[in-house]
Amino acid sequence: MEFKNRDIISIRDFSKDEILYVLKTAARVEKRPNPSLLRGKVMASLFFEPSTRTRLSFESAMTRLGGEVIGFAEPDNTSLKKGETLWDTIKMAEKYADVIVMRHPVEGAARHAAEAASVPVINGGDGANQHPTQTMLDLYTIMKSKGKIDGLNIGFLGDLKYGRTVHSLAIALSHFRTSLYFISPEALKMPDSYLEELDGKGIKYYEESDMLKAIGRLDVLYATRIQKERFPDPLEYKKYAGVYKLDKTIIPHVKPSLKIMHPLPRVDEINPELDGTPYALYFEQAGNGIPVRQALLSLVLGRIK
Amino acid sequence: MTGEKTLQISAIKDGTVIDHISTANTFKVLDLLNLRSSENLVTVGMNLESRKLGKKGLVKIGGRFLTKQEVDKISLVAPEANINIIKDYEVKKKFSVEIPDIIQGIIKCANTNCITNKEPAKTKFQVVSRNPLKVRCHYCERVVGKENIEMA
Repeated sequence: MEFKNRDIISIRDFSKDEILYVLKTAARVEKRPNPSLLRGKVMASLFFEPSTRTRLSFESAMTRLGGEVIGFAEPDNTSLKKGETLWDTIKMAEKYADVIVMRHPVEGAARHAAEAASVPVINGGDGANQHPTQTMLDLYTIMKSKGKIDGLNIGFLGDLKYGRTVHSLAIALSHFRTSLYFISPEALKMPDSYLEELDGKGIKYYEESDMLKAIGRLDVLYATRIQKERFPDPLEYKKYAGVYKLDKTIIPHVKPSLKIMHPLPRVDEINPELDGTPYALYFEQAGNGIPVRQALLSLVLGRIK
Repeated sequence: MTGEKTLQISAIKDGTVIDHISTANTFKVLDLLNLRSSENLVTVGMNLESRKLGKKGLVKIGGRFLTKQEVDKISLVAPEANINIIKDYEVKKKFSVEIPDIIQGIIKCANTNCITNKEPAKTKFQVVSRNPLKVRCHYCERVVGKENIEMA
C-alpha cells in the first residue's frame, strides 16, 4: 500500500483496507516506538485557527519520533494579515518543510493547499468540513478497546447537525458492518445528505431523541458537545445545551461493556463522576492521537512502508 | 420525424440547433450561452409541439459550434436537450446532452465559506445523483441540489 507523499485531507479518500492499514501501523508504532524514526524531517504546523489538542498532539507526535517542528499557532503574526493567499503561504512552507499539517477556518482549504504543495499536506480540520486524523484516532480507539469494528452498535449523541467529527466517523464506519444510532434533538439531527450516503451503502441506522430508549443497545457511545459558537441566538443555544447529560444514572440502563467516547473538550455532557469508571474511554481516546498521528506522519514521509 | 420538419422551417447553413429543451428552460439556455447579446443569427422557438415533451423549446444558432464546457453547462439546466451540429444544411451530428461525472469550473460553490469563494481556485464538483441533480464540492465536500446550483 503506497502512502508515501500522500495527502491526508478527507476520510472519504480512504478505502476500508487503507483505513485498516493506518490502524495497524498505529498499533505497531505504539507497541514499538522508535525515537529516531523521523530524524532529519521537518513538519510545518500551520494553524490558521487556534487548536490545543490537535496541534499539541501533532507536534508531540513529531518530536517524539525525532523530527523537528516549525510553524505558528495562530495566524495573527503571519503574512496572512498582509493579505497573502493560502496558496502563496503553502508555496512558501513547502520549501521549508517535508510535511505540512494545517488547520484552517475555511472549508476546502486543506484540499486547495494540497494542490499547491509538492510535499504531503495533512488536514487538521478545515472549518465544519473534515478532520480525518480525528476520525482515524476514533476508529483506532474503537478497534483497540473492542478488538473489532464489525458487528458493533455505535451511538452518536448531541449535536449531530454541526459536529464534523460525527459526520466523518459515520462515513468511515459505513465501510464496516455496524448499526448506527443517532441520538439528538430534532433541530440538531444528522443532515439528510449523510443519511442518504449511509442509505446508499446499505448501513442500518436509527434516529432517536430519547437517549434512554437507545442507550441499552450500544457497545460504543460517541458523545459530543453542543457547540455554543454554532448558534447565532444564545437563547436557542440554552434550549439545547445540557439536553443530554451522561452521569451515573445511566449505568442501570447500559451494557456493562459500554464505552463512552468524546472528542473533547467537554462542557457538561459527561459528568466527571464517570471518569474513573470502566465506561470512560475519552481520555484514552485523546491519548491515541499520538500513535495515530505518528503512524500517518511516518507513512506519508515514507519512513514506514 | 418532427426534428427534421422543424429544421426545415428556418434551416441554418452552419451552426448548432439545441432541440428538445423543456419550454421552461429555454431562456436559461439562452442566458447560459450569452445569446441575448450575440451577433450570430439566433432563432428561438417556444411551445413547439413535441411528442416526447408535449411542448418544447428550441434554439438555433447560426455560425457557432459549442464547446464541451458549454454543452456541459446546458446539461445542468436542460438535461433533456439534444444538440444537432449542422454543416452545409445537413445534420452532421446529433447527440443528447449528458451530465458529466465531474463538473469543472462551470458552477459556483453554494457554500460561502468554501475556499473556492475565498481565493482564486477553479471549482470542481462530483455528481452524486443525476435525477434529482446533486453535486458534491471537491473542496468543501458540501452537497448541493439543483435549486442551489449557480453558474460561475
